[in-house]
Amino acid sequence: MAALIIELAGVSRRYGGHLALDGVSLSVGEGEFVALVGGSGSGKTTLLKTINGLVRPDAGRATVAGEDVGAAEPHRLRRRIGYAFQEVGLFPHLTVAENIAVTPRLLGWEKGRIAARVTELLALVALPAEVAARPPSALSGGQRQRVGVARALAAEPRIMLLDEPFGALDPLTRDALGAEYRALHERLGLTTIMVTHDMTEAVLLADRIVVLKAGRILADGAPAELLSHAADPDVRALLEAPKRQAERLRERLGA
Amino acid sequence: MNPRLADAFELLPEYLGWHVLLSLSALLLGLAISLPLAVAAARSPRLRWPTLALASLIQTIPSIALLALFYPLLLALSALSAGLTGHGFSALGFLPSLLALTLYSVLPILRNGVAGITGVDPAISEAADGVGMTPGQKLTQVELPLAAPVIMAGVRTAAVWTIGAATLSTPVGQTSLGNYIFAGLQTENWVFVLFGCAASAVLALAADQLLGLVETGVRLRRRSLVAAGLVGLLAGSAATLAPLASFGGHAAYTVGAKNFSEQYILAELMAGRLEKAGASVSRKEDLGSAVAYRALAAGELDVYVDYSGTLWTNVLGRTDNPGRKAVLDQLTAELKRRDGVLVLGSLGFENAYAFVMRPDRAQALGVASLADLAREAPRLKLGSDLEFLSRPEWKAVDGAYGFNFRSERSYQPTFMYRALASGDADVISAFSSDGRIAADKLVVLTDPKGAIPPYDAVILLSPKAAKDHRLVEALRPLVGAVPVEAMRSANYSVDRDSGKSTPAEAARALEQAIAAN
Repeated sequence: MAALIIELAGVSRRYGGHLALDGVSLSVGEGEFVALVGGSGSGKTTLLKTINGLVRPDAGRATVAGEDVGAAEPHRLRRRIGYAFQEVGLFPHLTVAENIAVTPRLLGWEKGRIAARVTELLALVALPAEVAARPPSALSGGQRQRVGVARALAAEPRIMLLDEPFGALDPLTRDALGAEYRALHERLGLTTIMVTHDMTEAVLLADRIVVLKAGRILADGAPAELLSHAADPDVRALLEAPKRQAERLRERLGA
Repeated sequence: MNPRLADAFELLPEYLGWHVLLSLSALLLGLAISLPLAVAAARSPRLRWPTLALASLIQTIPSIALLALFYPLLLALSALSAGLTGHGFSALGFLPSLLALTLYSVLPILRNGVAGITGVDPAISEAADGVGMTPGQKLTQVELPLAAPVIMAGVRTAAVWTIGAATLSTPVGQTSLGNYIFAGLQTENWVFVLFGCAASAVLALAADQLLGLVETGVRLRRRSLVAAGLVGLLAGSAATLAPLASFGGHAAYTVGAKNFSEQYILAELMAGRLEKAGASVSRKEDLGSAVAYRALAAGELDVYVDYSGTLWTNVLGRTDNPGRKAVLDQLTAELKRRDGVLVLGSLGFENAYAFVMRPDRAQALGVASLADLAREAPRLKLGSDLEFLSRPEWKAVDGAYGFNFRSERSYQPTFMYRALASGDADVISAFSSDGRIAADKLVVLTDPKGAIPPYDAVILLSPKAAKDHRLVEALRPLVGAVPVEAMRSANYSVDRDSGKSTPAEAARALEQAIAAN
């Protein structure tokens, strides 16, 4: 395995009476593409947010690139970690270009470098250059998701955290965006952790799948490995679902 | 042009300038207080409820009461400050008005500020954290810009309220457009009342429209609209405030007046004499009875006219009546000892409370004295001015005769006479120097038990003014120089329905009558 870049050790987090994370430990090597899967309430989003300090664990410790997340100044840490999520959260009072430029601006990049970076990123996420001056409200849902990914990538982070980044999109766009992102991940040498509830997406994009249930890790491994070795019947069922779907599709379409 | 309208326009630059200065300062101060408060309240739900509840509570206090409450508070603070540092400050006029209006402007800005900030989409708030903004950057770059249209709507509401409520600062001695309304109401100068209402409404509408332009600009993110609105506001403020600079020089003397015609006329009479002696004079009119005396004792007024009986009962707290001369002598000694206030002397007439009835009604009921009145009281309606029923004099008279009226109602003095004429009141607590008593041939009921104290009109000087030779010499000739007939006719010339004089005109006529004697 490559050098460790993210380490979670015994992380727990409680919301009222609900234990969202129950002593989770996870190590991620540099360059890995990890999918966090599980039903709603399984703790996958909470786990993702402990990595950039949006969630503070009650117990345990998160380390990113050797730095203790709990001890770091959260805004400095977050400027080094790309974060994109389903609702995107583009700033409606800023243009697309200004949205993408936010983190570089906070880091004090000079204007010329920011402008060049915005142009580069629009091309990278396959958006036409003329959307740069538009407000987010003038974009389609898929275009907004692309801007969200571009904003997360803007300050050249080594780590990307994605929370159902392609959810709420039509299947075609979703499929295309996923594949494009996977290519970016390879090209830029990123470490990506992606939350999804869609097993097919996880199998298609990730090198490694971590299955969560009730705040605990149920299984952790490469897709094929999990399918053949998983002891837990839930995990097997989860992993067999995309395979069964693919088989049924083939039958019905007669291909 | 109608001469009353011309008078009104002549006063406009000064009144409008003060009104704008007061409203603008209150609004800016309100903004400075409520914005940080809104941010804190939006951040902390524990703080939110008590803050909003307190602001709402303040809003429920009638604005005129809020203004009135600040006066004694500031007076105490000023005395404390004078004791500690040797420097007091004026508790009358601008400061109490500013503070009350500021409190008044807080609620709409606070409420909209909290709503605007807490209303920011949680996804956008999370994105701001996610991209690495500090809490301060998140506030200034995301939350405030997004909440700005809602906050601006609150500022608009606050501006309209503040401009409207600023008219009520007149009774605590602050010049504003309210001077038209208060003076007009007292002297039945409806042109003034309407002019004051219209001027304040136009001002409020103009401010609202310009702020509306800013609000629209903020909402549509159109810098040009925001700039146009701000330029309009700045230009308007500059244009209305400019005339104040020419009034800026501190007047040598401040003459006070309570809120009725005779007081306006006497204030003008004294001011005219001081101006003739070469001094600059500012006037503070429409002061409440208690406010006027305390302001004089505190040196915020140099001179005003009060009445011996009023001072006897309200300031000294006496309920006995040792006779006209004894009251005056004891009062002179006691006010000097207590507050260093100098009773320069009596003007020469009394303005006592007098119970009066329409002649036909008095005759039909066979009422000629207060004793007769007590007998008929259960069938009669009493009309009084706004103060009388809560004053010690009324308690003294009521105690002496044991009245039991069918109803007791308070009116503005103007409307009290109307109520008598229309039969809404059977008997009213009038003023003996009022010209309307003679003009309407009203019957003054006698006071066989001597329960109503004497009310000699006396010139009162503040401790500082008492040592001012020029002021004392200019006013001393008025002592004993105003007979009651002269005062009545001066009052009537202002109060009558047609061919009215302004208080200044009446004062000039009175001055001529004095000189002719």
